[in-house]
Amino acid sequence: MPEQPYEPERAIAGTGMGGAMDLGASEAVTLEPAPGGAGAPGPVGRPRSLWSDAWHDLRRNPVFLVSALVILFLVVISLWPSAITSGDPLTCDLAKAREGAQPGHPFGYDGQGCDVYTRTVYGARASVTVGLCATLGVALLGSVLGGLAGYFGGLWDAVLSRITDIFFAIPVVLGGLVLLSVVTSTTVWPVIGFMVLLGWPQISRIARGSVITAKQHDYVQAARALGASDTRILLRHIAPNAVAPVIVVATIALGTYIALEATLSYLGVGLKPPSVSWGIDISAASPYIRNAPHALLWPSGALAITVLAFIMLGDAVRDALDPKLR
Amino acid sequence: MGRYVVRRLLQMVPVFVGSTLLIFLMVNVMGDPVAGLCGDRQCDPATAAQLRREFGLDQPRWQQYATYMGNVFTGDFGTAFNGQQVTELMSTAFPVTVRLTIVAVLFEIVIGVTLGVLTGLRRGRPVDTTVLLLTLVVISVPTFVTGLLLQLLLGVTWGWIKPSVSPDAAFGELIVPGLVLASVSLAYVTRLTRTSLAENKRADYVRTAVAKGLPRHRVVTRHLLRNSLIPVVTFIGTDIGALMGGAIVTERIFNIHGVGYQLYQGILRQNTQTVVGFVTVLVLVFLVANLLVDLLYAVLDPRIRYA
Amino acid sequence: MRGVTHARGAVCAVAVALAAAGCGGGGSSSGTGAAVLSSSWGDPQNPLEPANTNEVQGGKVLDMIFRGLKKYDPRTGKATDMLAESIRTEDSRNFTIKVKDGWTFSNGEKVTARSFVDAWNYGASLRNRQKNALFFGYIDGYDKVHPARGEQTADTLSGLKVVDDRTFTVRLGQKFSTFPDTLGYAAFAPLPRAFFTDHAAWLKKPVGNGPYAIQSYMKGSQMSLRKWDGYPGPDKARNGGVDLKVYTDNNTAYTDLMAGNLDLVDDVPAAQLKNVRSDLGDRYINTPAGIIQTFAFPYYDKAWNRPGMEKVRTGLSMAINREQITETIFDRTRTPATDWTSPVLGTDGGFKPGLCGRACEYHPEQARKLIKEGGGIPGGQVRITYNADTGSHKEWVDAVCNSINNALGNGKACVGNPVGTFADFRNRIGRHKMSGPFRAGWQMDYPLIQNFLQPLYYTDASSNDGKWSDADFDRLVDRANAETDRAKAVTLFQRAEEVVRDNMAAIPLWYQNGSAGYSERLSDVALNPFSVPVYNEIKVS
Repeated sequence: MPEQPYEPERAIAGTGMGGAMDLGASEAVTLEPAPGGAGAPGPVGRPRSLWSDAWHDLRRNPVFLVSALVILFLVVISLWPSAITSGDPLTCDLAKAREGAQPGHPFGYDGQGCDVYTRTVYGARASVTVGLCATLGVALLGSVLGGLAGYFGGLWDAVLSRITDIFFAIPVVLGGLVLLSVVTSTTVWPVIGFMVLLGWPQISRIARGSVITAKQHDYVQAARALGASDTRILLRHIAPNAVAPVIVVATIALGTYIALEATLSYLGVGLKPPSVSWGIDISAASPYIRNAPHALLWPSGALAITVLAFIMLGDAVRDALDPKLR
Repeated sequence: MGRYVVRRLLQMVPVFVGSTLLIFLMVNVMGDPVAGLCGDRQCDPATAAQLRREFGLDQPRWQQYATYMGNVFTGDFGTAFNGQQVTELMSTAFPVTVRLTIVAVLFEIVIGVTLGVLTGLRRGRPVDTTVLLLTLVVISVPTFVTGLLLQLLLGVTWGWIKPSVSPDAAFGELIVPGLVLASVSLAYVTRLTRTSLAENKRADYVRTAVAKGLPRHRVVTRHLLRNSLIPVVTFIGTDIGALMGGAIVTERIFNIHGVGYQLYQGILRQNTQTVVGFVTVLVLVFLVANLLVDLLYAVLDPRIRYA
Repeated sequence: MRGVTHARGAVCAVAVALAAAGCGGGGSSSGTGAAVLSSSWGDPQNPLEPANTNEVQGGKVLDMIFRGLKKYDPRTGKATDMLAESIRTEDSRNFTIKVKDGWTFSNGEKVTARSFVDAWNYGASLRNRQKNALFFGYIDGYDKVHPARGEQTADTLSGLKVVDDRTFTVRLGQKFSTFPDTLGYAAFAPLPRAFFTDHAAWLKKPVGNGPYAIQSYMKGSQMSLRKWDGYPGPDKARNGGVDLKVYTDNNTAYTDLMAGNLDLVDDVPAAQLKNVRSDLGDRYINTPAGIIQTFAFPYYDKAWNRPGMEKVRTGLSMAINREQITETIFDRTRTPATDWTSPVLGTDGGFKPGLCGRACEYHPEQARKLIKEGGGIPGGQVRITYNADTGSHKEWVDAVCNSINNALGNGKACVGNPVGTFADFRNRIGRHKMSGPFRAGWQMDYPLIQNFLQPLYYTDASSNDGKWSDADFDRLVDRANAETDRAKAVTLFQRAEEVVRDNMAAIPLWYQNGSAGYSERLSDVALNPFSVPVYNEIKVS
């Protein structure tokens, strides 16, 4: 049984720190579709698609349910932080700096005398936005470029793959330091833009591999024989079957992007005030680890739980989409 | 095989040129480095102009890049703003980072693979779930938090280690920093080994080996492990480049004067020569590591053939 | 006299070779002199040439390996003669400087008048692109060796003349009565011939005439300095030497100090100030230094320069609760500023507490009123620009903004605007890209009131980053510089300072102290007014 060219887990490595480095292994491997791959009939009754099969699995997976609930909760408080806090994250009273928990302020105060609870709640928005938008951007750009390279092959593939390698070779944190140090915008977009710029090769690789795999399927050959256009083949036949590995890696990468935002803040190039984000708060509180550990604990905890939720979701989705593990 | 290697080497050329050009442009976007050299004071224009001339900053960008690359091929990586040769910086920084990387990779192999085998063989048991959860926690806490926490606890509160690493950076001092650096990858290695092992456990050759009546221990080590470790080896190989370039945070926390430190200093001082020089070497390491991994792939798995 | 000193130097060299015994202080405490201490350091940004070093870390080394004509007293900051036997002038413009006999560099070469003149010519010459060249700008002929544009037409300053082995004359371009007091600055140090003949080797291992000599220098990580036993000066080292260790993050240095891995940290990070007493007890010092933090304004931006804006600036100043910020964020390692100079000058030297008056106190209501009268904050929001890479500025800028926001009752009246790197920060200042107040820290070069005013507020001065310009101020400074009577000069400078106040040209925030922590092995640790440890006085047990 030949190896699948891409190990999703392998491909996400390093997005948290350093460059995700994964060059050209695929080229070395003979590519064959995985046995029992996409479109295989379900175990019982009428044939089910990969997706309904996966959904069937997911609904019964407690890991999936818990992480989905956590993510739902995060999305809700990102949209309406005022639903669970009445405070203002930008109103701080220095006189209360570093005080511990007290009635009405369950998480205490940070070094600036801001309410940690309020800031942790409001921080969800920036972190979730960064995670979601960066992942979306990376997934779109990566799958389009990777898909084109995989589908057309030849010169297209050669050129696009070399460009992918070029961006892959730049260590991520280093790129962030250089690119973001000149940014003055206080919005989340430069950070997201940077993550997309240096993150897409990871998805592009996977998309390319799975498109190559899908291309060899009989139904694609059939569609081509029937005279379907490239666009139609790509969108109707290949995309739906090649997208599963992309989704898996993207979900897990989402968590690492959120953690990366915190690392960038620690290095002084992350989001800028008046943005409120966990990364900003964690890096501001980290020198006070001895004096006011609570100011570090809560945003770090929130960040860890969020990253955990997304990675667990990705794990569950992968298990559901990977027929080999069934 | 030979033709494959040649092709891969040829492919490296555009990637190498592209990556170095990219980082060169990125560092240049940061603006005029001379402004930061005069402290809280404006450099007087004549001195600033003299400095720009000396560092070639008055040339057009493309010419700067061409000159730079031309020099690189003759082994001259330029001079940092403090008057030091970049090659001299490299000769002190790279050995330190290489040692740190070795420690980190050892951790990945020893702890990562052991835990991976343990969980892979006991899939679904409490051990499996616990380790899996632990690896998730490790992945989800940012490295700098882990690093600061370990430094405080082990270095100050309990006094087990020195909180910082001396300029010699001997292996013994690099254990904790190496662990911190490896932590994220370590979690991946564990999970990767586990998945790979679980997959192969149901493979025909394992079933055959079991049916033949081979002892369990022999099945695991000879048949299962050897095949399951292929993706793990691949991962670790490609991770080497990432570890070397990605140690900026770890090296900063533990005051290690390696590649990450030089890169960080170089960026803060907008020292194009240092940053581009170090990244050039890192890109080379990355390309070569990848090639080696792909070749290793074929050695480990005879089913893979190179055209 | 000369012979005697030489002989003693030789004896000491032998003694060291044999038993590494201390030789300083005329034979006293020879046992304790051998121990070496380790101290935190930052990688100097520039090559360690005296006229090329403009930041504290490089300055630290120069302070150990060089002695100039004058030295600033580590406690009072007063300029006292070191290598200068006499500096005479009749007209505050022509100076005759006589160098003391018996001084040598640590390589044995004699320090002569030429050592100074050559060094100063080197520092001033454009060809050598020394970053502190402007310190020689007062000397006649500077415009020839360092023209603002075009090629230099001379190699040496016409204002410098060697008279004999130990005497030289200096002619300035204009009257500058306190010129002799500036000569303690590192840029004016003498240089040995080796500096010129084998420059590369000198840079690898600088040689000077101070109480320490460099034993080894691993650029970017460590410098080992050892007591120079032949040092002829009165301030001999009382320890065997100093190992300077480079740290990227001063939190790590502090952690190392606590773990017993380091002896001296000369910059206790703000985050550790809360626990510094419990960690170190009385091994923590906190003494005033000649550093003031201010906010400068972009006067090239019409919005900040129209009439009435002085009210807005004063209003902003009154919205900053200096007391609380210095207490909470800095734990009293900063003192709320009430003028534009520094306490280290002493009231004789021109420090005048309370000169700023109510404008530097926290009065939220009046702040609101003044800002409204002045036409409001341009653009409705103050963005305070600072560099985020060093010095943990984020904390106090955020605190200042919170204070302004609370005073004005508007959560978005003020935000910090971090710039990633110091270089980029300076770039934006240089290219006039500031859109609001920005951090302006000033560390004095020499303890004179002139140094706190002229470089910062004189029209087109080297550190006048906001491009503030006021004819009255310039006139008063010119008069003060020409004044030969010290007390009268100080009064004139203070009148100039009042002009700064009336326009609120820059908002004074606080005077910065030097803070240091040290291990149990050390005693007699002190910081000088430049917040640099007085290494030669430290005793190691």
